[in-house]
This record gives sequence, C-alpha cells and structure tokens, in this order.
Amino acid sequence: MLQYIARRVLMMIPTLFAISVVTFIIIQLPPGDFFTTYISNLAAMGESVDQTVVEAIKKEYGFGEPIYVQYGKWIWKIITQGDFGRSFQRGRPVTELIGDRLALTVVLSLFALIITWVIAFPIGIYSAVRQYSIGDYIFTFLGFIGLAVPSFLIALVLMYIAFKYFNQSVGGLFSPEFVDAPWNLAKLRDLLNHLWIPTIIIALEGTAGLIRVMRANLLDELHKPYYTTAKAKGLSEFQALIQYPVRVALNPWISSVGWVLPGLVSGATIISVVLSLPTTGPMQLQALLNQDMYLAGSFVLLLSALTVIGTLISDILLAWIDPRIRYQ
Amino acid sequence: MASDDKLIEVKNLKTHFFLDQGVVKAVDGVDFEIRRGETLCIVGESGCGKSITARSIMQIVDPPGRIVSGEILLHRRIAGDSGGQVEDVIDLAKLGPNSREIRSIRGKEVAMIFQEPMTSLSPVHTIGHQISQAITLHNKVTKAEARQQTIETLRLVGLPKPELRVDSYPFQLSGGMRQRAMIAMALSCHPNLLIADEPTTALDVTTQAQILDLMLGLQEKLGMAIMFITHDLGVVAEIADRVAVMYLGLVVESGDVYTIFSEPKHPYTRALLRSIPQVGGKVRQRLDSIRGMVPDPYNRPQGCPFHTRCTEKIAGLCNRVLPERVTIGEGHEVRCLLYSDRGDIA
Amino acid sequence: MSQPTDPAAMPGQTPDITASEEAPQEVEAKIMVASQWKLIWWKFRRHKLAMISGIIVIAIYFVAAFAEFFEVFPPDQYAARYTYAPPQTIHLIDMSDGTPRLAPYVNGYKVTIDSFSLRRTFVVDPEQKIPFRFFAKGFEYKLLGIIPWDRHLIGPVNPEDPFYLLGADALGRDLLSRMIAGGRISMSIGLLGVAISLILGILLGGLSGYYGGAVDNIIQRIIEFLRSLPTIPLWMSLAAALPITWPPLYVYFGITIILSFIGWTGLARVVRGRFLALREEDFVLAARLDGAPQIYLIMRHMVPSFLSHIIASITLAIPGMILSETALSFLGLGLRPPVVSWGVLLQDAQNIRAVSTAPWLLIPGLAVVIAVLSLNFLGDGLRDAADPYGR
Ligand SMILES: Nc1ncnc2c1ncn2[C@@H]1O[C@H](COP(=O)(O)OP(=O)(O)OP(=O)(O)O)[C@@H](O)[C@H]1O
Ligand SMILES: [Mg+2]
Repeated sequence: MLQYIARRVLMMIPTLFAISVVTFIIIQLPPGDFFTTYISNLAAMGESVDQTVVEAIKKEYGFGEPIYVQYGKWIWKIITQGDFGRSFQRGRPVTELIGDRLALTVVLSLFALIITWVIAFPIGIYSAVRQYSIGDYIFTFLGFIGLAVPSFLIALVLMYIAFKYFNQSVGGLFSPEFVDAPWNLAKLRDLLNHLWIPTIIIALEGTAGLIRVMRANLLDELHKPYYTTAKAKGLSEFQALIQYPVRVALNPWISSVGWVLPGLVSGATIISVVLSLPTTGPMQLQALLNQDMYLAGSFVLLLSALTVIGTLISDILLAWIDPRIRYQ
Repeated sequence: MASDDKLIEVKNLKTHFFLDQGVVKAVDGVDFEIRRGETLCIVGESGCGKSITARSIMQIVDPPGRIVSGEILLHRRIAGDSGGQVEDVIDLAKLGPNSREIRSIRGKEVAMIFQEPMTSLSPVHTIGHQISQAITLHNKVTKAEARQQTIETLRLVGLPKPELRVDSYPFQLSGGMRQRAMIAMALSCHPNLLIADEPTTALDVTTQAQILDLMLGLQEKLGMAIMFITHDLGVVAEIADRVAVMYLGLVVESGDVYTIFSEPKHPYTRALLRSIPQVGGKVRQRLDSIRGMVPDPYNRPQGCPFHTRCTEKIAGLCNRVLPERVTIGEGHEVRCLLYSDRGDIA
Repeated sequence: MSQPTDPAAMPGQTPDITASEEAPQEVEAKIMVASQWKLIWWKFRRHKLAMISGIIVIAIYFVAAFAEFFEVFPPDQYAARYTYAPPQTIHLIDMSDGTPRLAPYVNGYKVTIDSFSLRRTFVVDPEQKIPFRFFAKGFEYKLLGIIPWDRHLIGPVNPEDPFYLLGADALGRDLLSRMIAGGRISMSIGLLGVAISLILGILLGGLSGYYGGAVDNIIQRIIEFLRSLPTIPLWMSLAAALPITWPPLYVYFGITIILSFIGWTGLARVVRGRFLALREEDFVLAARLDGAPQIYLIMRHMVPSFLSHIIASITLAIPGMILSETALSFLGLGLRPPVVSWGVLLQDAQNIRAVSTAPWLLIPGLAVVIAVLSLNFLGDGLRDAADPYGR
C-alpha cells in the first residue's frame, strides 16, 4: 500500500511539471500582456511612470527575455517562496488576493457538496432498486431536466422571481451594511441568510448527475449473484443491499470524489458570477478577461494541481476500500 | 416410508416472470419431495426451471418473478413441551420474501450454493467476513467466536491453511477454493437442506470430483439432505439417491436413481439417457441427441410440453392434454400419457 | 438480465451441431449487422419519449438550416424606438366588424414615458392593429447560401411596422429572429465540435484499442493527462486566449476546437472499450484467420458493429457542447457579438436590471433547455436501443 502511494506520488511530479508548462504557455498565448498595456495606459493618461520601477518589475519577471527564462523565474518563486507573482490590475500579490476569498469559497462549496450527496445518494439508490417505478420515472425525468438547464439560468430565474415577487435582491453574500463590517454575530447571521440560496443552486448543479451515476452503478451491481448470496444468508433486503451492492457501487464514485477538490476552490464560477458572490470564481474570470496573467495563471495552476492531488486522493481511497486494487 | 421422514415437500409450485413482453412460466407445476439425509438430483436441459425452483424454495426469486401458487412444506423438528421432538410444518411459499420467518430459515435451515463460484462472493469483502456474518446472524455468538467457527468450517471443507485464508478476498482464491468457501458459508449454520445449484459446472474435472467427494462426506457427517441440480448424468449416477427429471417447468419423471437409469419411462428421460456416451460402445457411433429445440418460454406448447419433440407422441392427444402424475412403481412417478389410463381422458 | 431477442438473430440451442463448414464468415457478419439495425429500430420505436425528442431535434436542425426563412427581420436590424418592446400576441381572427374575418394581426404599442425615471415603457395598444401574413415578403437572403429569395414564414404586411412576437432587446432588435439565428450557431457548434472530437476519438481510441500494447499505453497516458486538467478553468483560459482582433468566424472555429479538444477523451474511451471487447469476438478472429488485411478488418467488421454505440455517444455529447458554448459565451469568453448564439443572447440577461425590465430575454434559455433535453432523451433512447441486452 505504501509502495503504491509512493509510486503514485512520484508519478504526480511529471504531471505537475507538464501542467505548469501548459499553464504558462496558455497565459502567454494572447498577444501583448497586461503589464505593457498598463504602462502605456498610465503613460497615455499623462501620469508619470517611474522608469526605475518599471525596470525593476521587468527584471523581476523576466519580461523581454526568452519565454523559458520567464517560466523559470515564475515557477522558481512559486516553489521556493510560494510567491505566485502579483496582479498588475489590482496591484497586490496574488496570494493575498486569493487568500481573501478562499475561505468563503470553500465554506460555500462544502455546504453545497454535502447537500448534493445527501439528496443524490438516497434518490439514486431508490431509483435503482425500484427501477421503472413511478418514483424512478419522476426522479429520472427531474434529473434529465436538471442536466439540461444550465445552472446560471436557474440562478437568473430565481433572482428574477425573488426580485419581482419578494422584492429581494439575491446577489452577494452580505447585506450592504455588513460588507465591510468586522466579523460579529450579526454579520454571521447575515451571511447565513444570504448563503442558503446560492448553496442550494450550486448543490443542484451536481445533484442530477450524481443521481444518474449512482443509479447506473447500482443497477450494474444489483444483478450480480453476490447480492443473492447475501440475501440467501438470511440478511434482510435492506441490510444486504447496503452492505453489498451499494458498497460496491460506491467504488466508481470514490474514484472520482477527489475531483471535488478543485471544485471546492473554484466554487461554481458561473453561478458566482451571476449571483455576484465574493468567491474566487468571478475574480478568475476578471483576471482572464483583463489578461491579468499572473493572477489568471495562478488560478489555472492551482486548480490543475488540486485536480491532480484530488485524483491521487481518490486513487488512494479506492485502493483502501477496494482490495482488488490494493493487492494488484 | 414414514411421513415423519419427509424434510420438504414441493406441491404444484408455480413461479412466473411477469415481463412487458408476456409471462414467462419458468416453473409451472413442480412436485417433488426430499427426505431427511437423502440426495435428490434434479436434471434437465438448460432453461427448464431448475434454478428458479431452487430459488423459489429460498424465496429469493428476483422480480419481476413471483411464486404464483403451490406449496413448499418444510418439516421442522422443534423441541416439544414434553421434552421430545415435535414436528412442525411451515409453508415457505406463503411467507413474504423479506419476512422475518423466511430470513430465519434462509441460511440456517435451508442453505444454498450457487451456480457461479466466481461471482457469488462479494469481491470487496474477505471470505471470513462473509461467512462469519452468516454465523452471527443466526447464532448468539461474539465476533471472535464466529471467526473461530468460520475457521473450523473452512477446515472442514478442506481449505488449506484456513487461519490465513479466512482473511483473503475471493479474487485471491482459485475457483475450487472459492467454491469451498461457498460451501463453508452454506454449512456454517448446519442446515437440514443444502441446495446445490450446479456447484461444479464451472470447475475443472479434478476439482469437480474433489468437491463432490467433499459434499458426500459432509452429508454423511452432518446428516443433511442435499438437493443437487446438475446437467451431468454421470454425477447423478454417482451421488443421487433419487432423481427428478424436469422439462419446461415440470417434473416429468421422478424415482430412485436405480429405477430411473434402468427403467426410464418418459420419452424425454430416455432421450436424455441415450445422449450419454457409452463406454465400450461402437467406435465412431454418433451420440443421439434430442431433436428440436426447447420451445420459446413465452409460447409454451399446449398439452404435454414435450410433445413437439417427442418421438412417441400420440397424435391428437398429446398436444391437447397435460398428463397427470402417474405412479408406476414404488416411488416412481411419471407424467406421460403413454402410461395414463387413457379411458379417463378421452 | 436476459431479455428476449429476435429469434432469428439468436442461434438455436440445438445440441446437434454436426455440419462444421457453414456459410462463409462474411455472409454471416452481414446478416448480423442487418438484423442488428433492425433490432435497434424496433427497440427505439417503443421508446416514445425518444421518438418525440428525435422529431424535435430534427425540427430544430431544420429551422437552423433554413434560419433566414424563419427569421422575420435581419437579426442585427435595430430600431432604437422599440427598446425592450414586450412580446405581442398573435390574433388570427379579426372580430372588429362584428363578423369574424380571417385576418391575422398583432396589436401595436403605446409608449408612455415615465416622467420620473424618464424610462420609456410600452403597453400593448388594442386599438392599433398590425396585420401580418405568412410567406411575407421581407429582407433578401440566400437560402442555404445559394438560392436568392425574399419570402419569410411570417412577417408584417408593412415591413416598417413593429412586429416583435418574442419582444425586443435593448437595441430594439427582434428576439425571435435573433434566437433563430442563434440556434444555427449554437446547434452547429455542437455538431461540429462533436465531429472533431469524434475524429480524434475514433482515430486515437481506435488505434489504442486495436493495437494495444505500447501504442495503447502512450495514448492512454495522454488521455489521462488531459483528463487530469480541470475542464472549466482550462476552457476559460483557452477561450480568453483567443485574440480579440480575430474575425467572428475564426472565433467560432476557435471555440469549437477548444470545446472538442477537451471532449474527445471521453469518446476515445468509449471507442477503445468497444474495440477491446470486439477484438475478442469470434467473427473478427475468424476474419483474421482468413487473412483479411487489417484496415479491411476494421472497416468491414469492427466499425459497423459499434456504430450504433458511437451514434448514441455522439448524441449524448452534443448537448454537453451546447451547454459549454452557452456558458462560455454567457461569461463573455466565448462567441462575441456581432455573432449571435444562445449564449450571446443570454449575456444580455446577465444583470437583474435587464431581466426585471425585460424577462423575455430569458427565452433563449428555454431554447437551450429544449434542445439539450431532446438531444439527451434521443441519445438515451438510442443507447438503450443499441444495446438490446442492456437495461
Ligand atoms: N429474471 C428473469 N426474467 C425473466 N425470465 C427469467 C428470469 N430468470 C429466469 N428466467 C426464465 O426462467 C426459465 C428457467 O430459468 P432457470 O434459470 O431456472 O433455468 P435452469 O434450468 O437453471 O437452466 P441452467 O441449466 O442453464 O442453469 C428460463 O426460461 C429463463 O428464461
Ligand atoms: Mg440454473
């Protein structure tokens, strides 16, 4: 087992390296960069630009030098100092900017994830066990609709309804008076009041898919003879179901559960944009649109690294609960 | 034969599958009985309803299948008030498939070994876990005691190094070892009836012989009855006390093994027996096979189900009348119009 | 679960298989393929929802192909006077003279200017009647890009009249016409994107599954790497990397390629899996023993037998593409005006102000849902039908 983990961790290194290169290339792709635009804008507005500062920044990031030098400087700082560079648009270090929003994003996504699981698993199991029952048809149909409606559309419609009929604005996570207030009980209550609608919308996004996966996985297992064996032993239908087929049907899900990790951090970007939530998603979008390259690149790198780590976690979990993999 | 010798009586059992396309009458009026300690072999072509009969006894027919009528009478001996044993009869067909009563019988009094040793054990649990679960379920024992009993049972079924094997997963065992583990699971609560559904079909010949010897040995030791389902008439000759021949959801002939092999009466039984290769037969002699195919399960033929392939059918009669059971010798019954008193029917 | 099958397609269980050299394998394969298609059709036909969805999908693609004919106005024709004009209701029968008369019309607008906010609001004016007709003369266009024509399915008798069946947007452009134009882009991006993924997927998945060994290993590693990248940020950054200066057509192809670049791995897996399974099948082995050349083998025996699965997978992949394009364009990272797609149209509905004054701006979302829903149902029906032994 330890050997297996060690091997997987070693295999991660080249993947992460490849990802960092790809990320860097992607953020370098657009012609021009924010820095140059920024300088020329400043100059155009007649503001004095301190040439020495410009030179210092150029030197620090290797602008004007070959791309591999720039890459080297960038990745070296990340590895040695955890310094992801700075956002030229916002004039602050990337780590600070992301850090601000990260905690809220993770809380929001975690709640949403738990809701998704609590809804999807029982329904998935029910739909599989009572295949072709009325309930199964209803859930399957709802699931289809859930998959077909883009989540931002749900957000928009809910926002419209809340605005039109309840005269309430749904966007944001805080009422105006609390946005910049220091943390206290009232602010927390205000946050929770605002949190539940976005949480449910984000949760719904993944629910339909998970129900379908669970249903399909379980249907595959329900006809396996070992389930009959379990019942023939004298276990009740429910005990046998939970201990055997459901247990096995969870494996494919576990093999992808690690992928929630990047999701926790990016926090349903599109919904966040619509609902103007102060999470990392809208910031990433802004960075991309403005070609604020270090900020954007940091997001892509962070999320990719988390995906890889998530996959590793999944694999380890899977090996842990599935002996067929553990003893390979 | 004293009636208190009976362990289980199956009477006119019908188990049907209700599909969109129609009703599959997988079992359609099966009768047989098994006495304590004896071995009944059930033979018949693939798809004739052997497995479904066995599953009906355990009440583990998968939906959309359902027992529609008939009785499955299990005779149990329970301690009476006066200290002796009293016989109590319970109709398993009347119990709900998930009821408490049937669950206390499943795995405890009637246990089953399945056709596919490869997939009948959960791939993600140790065999020890799977076997000891059966023990803790039916007996008041601690986990440790159950584990000890599991190891003993594994030793009993001849699994080498049971102390180690108890913690292995099915995929770490060979087919033969898995089947031994299955047998151990079935025997772990000392059942009175062991149903073995083609337990050796998936194994090689040597392992097959070992498993058969094992089962016979255990039967002698534990005194249980065995209902053995097989296609292999060689196996039948070796282990059976009595034989029931099934065709399309019906028992067409039953009797003790000697009678069935020496004086088969039903044309189907005879055809089956003709299809075994004979040692010392003519060189390059072609094996006789039964002509035609098993009819489509949705469209069972009228009258005797075998008449479409029967070489001795009586025109105008066999395709109309379903033959009754006729007793033609001691314990020898046959469902064929050739042996009925035709005056009754016409 | 065993399901009854076409008895003709299933070999009988007769024990007396004595004749060994039967018909040549090729003939047998042909029979199998033919009866398989038939089986699929029978099975599919029973799936009512999938049938209806199939018809809807065909209808949507039909409208998309002849978009200009169904449009009322050119999608970019604006009329500042009619900013956010609400949808009109169609009246087919004119009752004004006491006797019913077949004269289709819609009501015109009355404009009131809110003196406080200085915002113009429209109310439908029942006095005013704007007659319209079917096969009306309108703007000129080339049907399918070739045939010049000027007729439209529906249009106002006087082309200057306001005629907004689904309302107007901020620039007074006709939402219905724009939605039809957007449908062409959105639906074709789905189709084109899946086609590109499919080519990549079949090529690489097929190679992987057919040759196995080292080739399989390398391709699998590549797929694994691509799958280890997070989809949404990758899309977003690739899409953001498309130069602003690109003409719309380039952006269209750029987005399509980005979408399929990420989508092909799924299809490649399906193809590889089918190939691996098929490699073991008897009829392929038989043909190989006959000494048939490999490419012939692939085309003749392997491709037809999993075509049905591929078709189902494609159908199920298109909605994903449509949704992705919609999301990207909605965020402003995908297609950009003046190109019109459903996502671009929904971008207008991004802020609550716009949505509350003109809720009809959400209607393109309905189009997305209907298209995706019917494609999903259709794909599901096809997949069930393609697998007669499956669930
Ligand atoms: N789940 C099911 N749904 C529909 N029909 C079924 C189902 N299970 C079994 N059957 C039908 O019941 C009939 C009897 O099946 P059964 O499994 O008892 O045959 P068998 O005698 O055990 O054959 P074999 O020797 O191949 O094991 C078959 O015709 C089969 O088609
Ligand atoms: Mg069977």
